[in-house]
Amino acid sequence: MEGFRNQTVRWAIGVIAALALPILNPNPYHLDVLTNALLYALLALGLNLIVGLAGLLHLGYAAFFAIGAYTYGLLNLHWHWPFWIGMIPAAIVAGLSGVCLGVPALRVRGDYLAIVTLGFGEIVRIAFTNLEQWTGGPNGLLGIAHPKIWIPGRGLIDFGVASMPYYYLVCITTAAVAVVCVRLSRSRIGRAWVAIREDELAASCMGVPVLQLKLLAQGCGGAIAGLAGAIFASKQGTVTPDSFDFILSVMVLAMVVLGGLGSIRGAILGALLLGSLPELLRWFEQYRMLLFGLTMIVMMRLRPQGLFGRSSQGLAPDRAHAGSA
Amino acid sequence: MPALLEVERLTRRFGGVVALDDVTLSVEQGETVGLIGPNGAGKTTLFNCVTGVLRPDDGEVRFGRGPMESLTGLAPHDIAQCGITRTFQNVRLFSGMSVLENVLVGTYIRTHAGLISSMLPSAEARREERWAQDRAMGLLELVGLAGRSHEMAGALPFGLQRRLEIARALSSDPALLLLDEPAAGLNAAEKQALLQLIEQLKGQGLTTFLIEHDMRVVMPISDRVVVLDYGKKIAEGPPKLVQENPRVIEAYLGTSTTVNREP
Ligand SMILES: Nc1ncnc2c1ncn2[C@@H]1O[C@H](COP(=O)(O)OP(=O)(O)O)[C@@H](O)[C@H]1O
Ligand SMILES: [Mg+2]
Repeated sequence: MEGFRNQTVRWAIGVIAALALPILNPNPYHLDVLTNALLYALLALGLNLIVGLAGLLHLGYAAFFAIGAYTYGLLNLHWHWPFWIGMIPAAIVAGLSGVCLGVPALRVRGDYLAIVTLGFGEIVRIAFTNLEQWTGGPNGLLGIAHPKIWIPGRGLIDFGVASMPYYYLVCITTAAVAVVCVRLSRSRIGRAWVAIREDELAASCMGVPVLQLKLLAQGCGGAIAGLAGAIFASKQGTVTPDSFDFILSVMVLAMVVLGGLGSIRGAILGALLLGSLPELLRWFEQYRMLLFGLTMIVMMRLRPQGLFGRSSQGLAPDRAHAGSA
Repeated sequence: MPALLEVERLTRRFGGVVALDDVTLSVEQGETVGLIGPNGAGKTTLFNCVTGVLRPDDGEVRFGRGPMESLTGLAPHDIAQCGITRTFQNVRLFSGMSVLENVLVGTYIRTHAGLISSMLPSAEARREERWAQDRAMGLLELVGLAGRSHEMAGALPFGLQRRLEIARALSSDPALLLLDEPAAGLNAAEKQALLQLIEQLKGQGLTTFLIEHDMRVVMPISDRVVVLDYGKKIAEGPPKLVQENPRVIEAYLGTSTTVNREP
């Protein structure tokens, strides 16, 4: 209970600091970098459910982000759905596509799953490029509406291209999703996910419906990426297929691994670090991928459980789950 | 006593090896049945077929308190839901989870909170969670691990891992508990404690089916013993009689000194 309170206090301090930041430092460039990093954090939270908790290596995660972005973009352009409503179907469609991908993909495991999801990511991106009559092809969707809010006394305000409103939007969404993820990870569903990651056969013998829970993990992770995609589309005003390439999937994965598989603080911190450092160190731009690679190698050598991951130390190396049941 | 588990003419092959050859047996309610036999006799394979880990090539497994239902074709999690849980010969804990969480996973099938009530505050989910925690702590107390509930399961000494695995299997309140060589790798004191635990569970009315390689361990706690050799049932009956059965003696002497059939 004591630990729980401490943690709540720490979270509260983090949230208050994040909310106060634009007042202390209104530099729009800095806010923009942070907004992007927080959007990465949102993505990392979703991927953490799939890879970190359920243990499903997913290399096509950017596809869910793309599906969310295009869903909101199309709904807005064709039917003038405002952002606040459009983000809901964006999350739902991306979540459902996660479930649909899971039905065939989850029949394979480990490395094969990685290859199937990688293929999925590429297929989605190429489909958005080639379905020109609907998606605008390589030029993407243009003129997607920014979010608007109504403030008493000031009327309807368009977020436009300002930095601060997006910072708050992303900050609040990420915090809310983080809270949901924490609750979920401590629930029976979260425990069942981790059990599947740890030992799928033992989990199923304890009554955990493995396939159903894997689909649920893909659905939840996909929905979070879809939500992030809608925010991204509303902020950019345009979406093009090349924003959702394989590199993005790998980057988000690197963030989750850096933070520690299964750790929610870790996913956020990993995303803030890897998402903002290369931006702030501009001269580093070209070495971005090198930085990710090196980080991964160093982490694997020194701290394979990530910054905040739990280690199961004391485990004899030969106690692998091989052999007969 | 009515039968709880019925295995009928079960056959399972691995390539040329007939791991189970036309095995028929039953376990009655409240009984403790020992399954013995030399290494490679097919004991674990039988458990795997009963729990849905492996599909039998032939034969049927039926289970039920009251009306018997066929388990053929059911997935392991459905079978757990029916009321059969197990431990594994090579302990398979969720090593990256805490001791308490390991046991909590077993309560999954006895709780019902869905996605939404797991994500958002819900009185019902909280009540259920408290129930699960209490149940898990009670079982940890039973197996003597209550004081270590927050340690990582993978960091426990081996003897305690075996006990934790039993607590995890009990947490869904099964009607039948399958123990695959629960005493293997334990020292004499740990074996003694394990026998006591099994006695205690029996006192609570639990039906237990346990594999034991070592006849001396299984004899004192079993009401009945079934002997497998080369996948065939070669003897069945009260421990005393089985122990004196010449075929059983031959099976044990024949294999322990010449070939070890386990890979
Ligand atoms: N998954 C498997 N694949 C191939 N052969 C197996 C498998 N599981 C068991 N066997 C074989 O089936 C026979 C019975 O094994 P098992 O049931 O593990 O024996 P026991 O538990 O009685 O020692 C052995 O010959 C073993 O090699
Ligand atoms: Mg065995």
